[in-house]
This record gives sequence, structure tokens and C-alpha cells, in this order.
Amino acid sequence: MTTLTSSVPARSDLDPGTPRRREPTRTAWLPTAVLLIGAFYCLLPVAWVVAASTKSGSSLFTTFTFAPGGDLLDNLSDLSTYGDGIYWRWLANSLLYAGVGGAISALVSGLSGYTLAKFRFPGRDAIFNVLLAGVLVPGVTLAIPQYLLLAKVGLTDTYWSVLLPSIISPFGIYLARIYAAAAVPDTVLEAARTDGAGELRIFGRVALPMMLPGLVTVFLFQFVAIWNNFLLPFVMISSDGRFPVTVGLFTLLNQGQTVPALYSVVIIGVLVSILPLIALFLLLQRYWRLDLVSGAVKG
Amino acid sequence: MSSAVTGRSRRGAASRRVPYLFLAPAIVLFTLFVVLPIGYAIYLSLRKVKVSGLGLGRNSRKEIFAGLENYREALADPELWSSAGRVLAYGAILLPIMLGLALLFALLLDRPRVGLARFSRLAIFLPYAVPGLIASMLWGFLYLPAVSPFTNVAEWLGLPAPDPLTGNSVIFAIVNIAVWGGVGFNMIVLFTSLRAIPGEIYESALLDGCTQFQLAVRIKIPLLLPSLIMTTVFSLIATLQVFTEPLTVRSLTNSISSTWTPLMKIYSDAFAQNDIYSAAATSVVIAGVTLVISFGFLRLVQRQAFGGEHR
Repeated sequence: MTTLTSSVPARSDLDPGTPRRREPTRTAWLPTAVLLIGAFYCLLPVAWVVAASTKSGSSLFTTFTFAPGGDLLDNLSDLSTYGDGIYWRWLANSLLYAGVGGAISALVSGLSGYTLAKFRFPGRDAIFNVLLAGVLVPGVTLAIPQYLLLAKVGLTDTYWSVLLPSIISPFGIYLARIYAAAAVPDTVLEAARTDGAGELRIFGRVALPMMLPGLVTVFLFQFVAIWNNFLLPFVMISSDGRFPVTVGLFTLLNQGQTVPALYSVVIIGVLVSILPLIALFLLLQRYWRLDLVSGAVKG
Repeated sequence: MSSAVTGRSRRGAASRRVPYLFLAPAIVLFTLFVVLPIGYAIYLSLRKVKVSGLGLGRNSRKEIFAGLENYREALADPELWSSAGRVLAYGAILLPIMLGLALLFALLLDRPRVGLARFSRLAIFLPYAVPGLIASMLWGFLYLPAVSPFTNVAEWLGLPAPDPLTGNSVIFAIVNIAVWGGVGFNMIVLFTSLRAIPGEIYESALLDGCTQFQLAVRIKIPLLLPSLIMTTVFSLIATLQVFTEPLTVRSLTNSISSTWTPLMKIYSDAFAQNDIYSAAATSVVIAGVTLVISFGFLRLVQRQAFGGEHR
């Protein structure tokens, strides 16, 4: 009798439905400290470039590195006047390459991923596996044969030479396929077919809206990948008017070897180039469906 | 899971063409910008230019079949081997540090009662938004003794000023840039898969008095294995292709040669030496090695990680 009553609360303790012992609310200091050290390490170069952008070319080498100077506006106007404002053109070019390339890439990846997830047809697995093997092909070693081939058709040093190779993204197709399989129910497609809708219409009006969150992720990945890509435009583009900002700054840095005054232009240029991407990144972070990448997507 | 457009459809023949039409843009682009370049690189790697006479006349330079000669020359080139050795050393240092830190941060973010977790997560992920070229410039300036804060710190402590851009330490300087740029992305991938693990799995372990550390080592890390394998393969591929970072830091130091990594050697062969045939042969070798290493790694770990769970 007594044993029975005493065992009841003990058993309910094991029941996952009831709250367990109250979690202590104090902070775990060691893990917090380790993470903050990591955060400090990651922010250090960004903090440095912010401080360095406010200094004139001469005080850059003479004052303490994190001590701010008062020349931010002078540096900005130096950057704007350099080469008749070519820096802003580089920034616009980067936006064009990454924005247009990323959008078309997301659309092509979405259509392909949807088809691979929702249709059964001969050769489906073979096509998917070949596309997927593209992830493993060292993308960068492709740049040189791509250059030679595009040179044959006279497309090098055009916007196309950077845009076209950026559209195909095996990784994007892979993500879109996983997402389509989870987010687009077969019953909805069947219903649309019964209503007599054409396949293209079903994709555009039914599947595409359902896949939108996944496709935003694909777009963001491609946007960042194209924006960050250096080798492809470095190989393809020779006119400085078509450089993206990465290649533009690289050429400036190389000139800085002989003209150290250019260093302060490079530094403010670096700051201006990372700010939009960091802003975009912070603004859009809730649209990143990173569970897609880890393969942990839930419909 | 996946549906079938079966013969039930009245537009039988037309609808059977639909999947191929939908895949056409991807297949065409893939063929033009992946398959064709690979094929062209292989073709070029088997060719060479034969110069007759003084090589000045119009038809004096002729492209002819070279067999495996370019490969023999590429593989006999000591510069290729030393650049390959450098990349292997670079990868051997980089991968454990970068993935180890990513795993550590992901596990710390996932444990309860961590302060400022959101701030740390964003800050560590932030470098992903910074292009490798820009990251190399930022660190490059931080490495320059004249502007480096590390010089100031060393002076305060009365230590000799570090100069990461000289001699053998330059490899660590490059590793650091790659760690900085890569740790956040890998951390987020691992953290996201940790979040997808249902919490009930931990309950009984916690009730048995399991500490957070034991929980991480005994339960979370084994469950993370598929994601760890994926991040390792992607990091491996990126490592073998390292190009931008050393090329950029090269602008600031003499310690990095123009053939410091295999990809830099390919670039310099193709564009500085104008020898696209030898560059193509080296490209094919690098692509082959990358495929063998990544497939080999996948095969090695497949049994433990993807046992029937894939797709």
C-alpha cells in the first residue's frame, strides 16, 4: 500500500508529458565565452576595415590600427572620383551578374527540380545523377575551357560570358528537387490535371508558388556564389568597364603595390562592397531555408 | 513519395514529352557549360602545337595530336608536385580546424542556457557574405606589419612583431583566411541539422543524468554524421581548388609564387605562358584527382552514414 503511493509520483516524473525538474536559468558561461571569442574573431577584420576607412593614406600606417580618423568622407570622394567613378560601375556590374544570374538560375533550378521530383519518366535517375555529379566537378577548373570555348564564338569580355555559365547550378537543382518533393503535394497536381490545366500552367500557377520559399534559398545561394566568384569574371572579362567589384578591387590592389596611396581607396572600396551584402544578408536571413542544405527539410 | 504521370492522361504522347521539355533548359546549359568544357579540356590535353621553320609564317604553327605527351610533361613537372604538396598540407591543416570549430560552435549553439547565442551565430556566419577575394584583402592588410594590430599587441607585450607573410608561416596565413570564411557556413549547416533532431531523443539521456558534454559526444555527433560527411566533401572540393586567397595575398608579399597551388599553375600556364595544352592536361589531372578523392571519401564513409537512408 505505501509502496504503491510512493511509486506514483516517481513514475509520473518519467512521463514526457509532464514538466521535468525546473531547468536552472543561469547562463552557461564557458559555452557563451567560447562563442563570443568566435564572434570576435569573425568581426575583427570587419571592425578593422571600418576603422581604416576613416583614415587618410598617411595616418593608415602611423596611427593605432583601430583608432578612427576623420577622413571617411575624403576617402569616399576619392573612391568616387577614381577612374571617373568606375567603382560604382563595378558595383552595379556585380549586382547585375549576381541578381540576374541568380534569378534565372533559381527559375531553371526550380523547373528542373520540380520535374525530377514530380514526374516519372525513362532516364530520370540517369539525368539526375549526371547533373548531381556536376557538384563534384571542380567548378573552377571549368573556367579555362569555358573561356576558350566562349572565345571561339566571340563571347568573351561580354556580360554573357559571366552570366551564362552562372545559370547552371547542380546544387540548386538538387535543393529544388528536395524542396519540391516535400512542399508540392501530388494530390494538388492531380486535381489541377483533372481540371484540364496544361503542365506549364500547373508549374507556373500551382507548383511555383508552393516552392517559393525553397527557391528564395536557391536564389540567395546563387546570388552569393556569383557575387563571391572571382576566377570566372577574372578569366572572362578584360574591359574594366565590365568588371565586377571583386575583379575591380583586385586590379586596384595590384596597382597599390607601386602606388601605396591607392591602398586607402582599396580599403574604402572593400568596405563599400561588403556593406550591401551584409545588409542583404541580415535582412533576408529569415528567408534562408538552411534546413534544405542539411537535408533536414520537413514538408 | 513521387508521383507518376501515368497513361491515365488523355494527352498521352504529348504529356510524355513534358518532363524532357521542362528539363531542356538545364540539360542544354549543363551540356554547354559543363560537359562541353570538360570534353574540350580533354581534347586539348591530347593536342600540341607543332612549329615548323621559324614559326613566323601563317601556316607554320599547326595543332597536331600529341597523345599523352602533355600528361607526361605535366606529371614530370616538379612545380606541379610542389604545388600539390602545398595544397595537401593546406588541406590537412585547414579541414580539421575549420570543421572542428564549426562542429564545436554548432554544438554550443544547440545547448541550452547559452547567452547571446543569436548574436554569436550571426557574427560567425557573417564572413560567408564576404567574397574570398575581399576576405583575403582584409586579412592581407591585417598581416602587413605596418598596419597590423597584432604588431601593436606584440609591442605592448614586449614580444617580437609577428610577420605571417614571410617564409613558411604564409601557409597558416592562407589557412586562417579560409577558416574565417568557411567556419560560419559549415556551422550553420550543422546547427540546422541539430535543430531538426527531435528533442525527445535527448530526454531519457538527460534523465539518466547525462551531462551536456556527454549528450553532444555520445548522441548528437553520431546523429550529425551525414551532415558532417556532406560538409567535409564540399570543403574538400573547395580546398583542392584554392586559388583566390593565395593570388590576392601574393599582391602583398614575395613568399607566394605564381604557381603556389595547382590551380594557380594552370592559370599561369594558360594565360602567362600561353600553353593551353599543358594547362588542359593539368586541369584534367586535377579534376580526376578531385573526383577520386571526393568519391573515395564518400565510399569510405558510405556504409556508416548512408545505409539505405539516401533519398
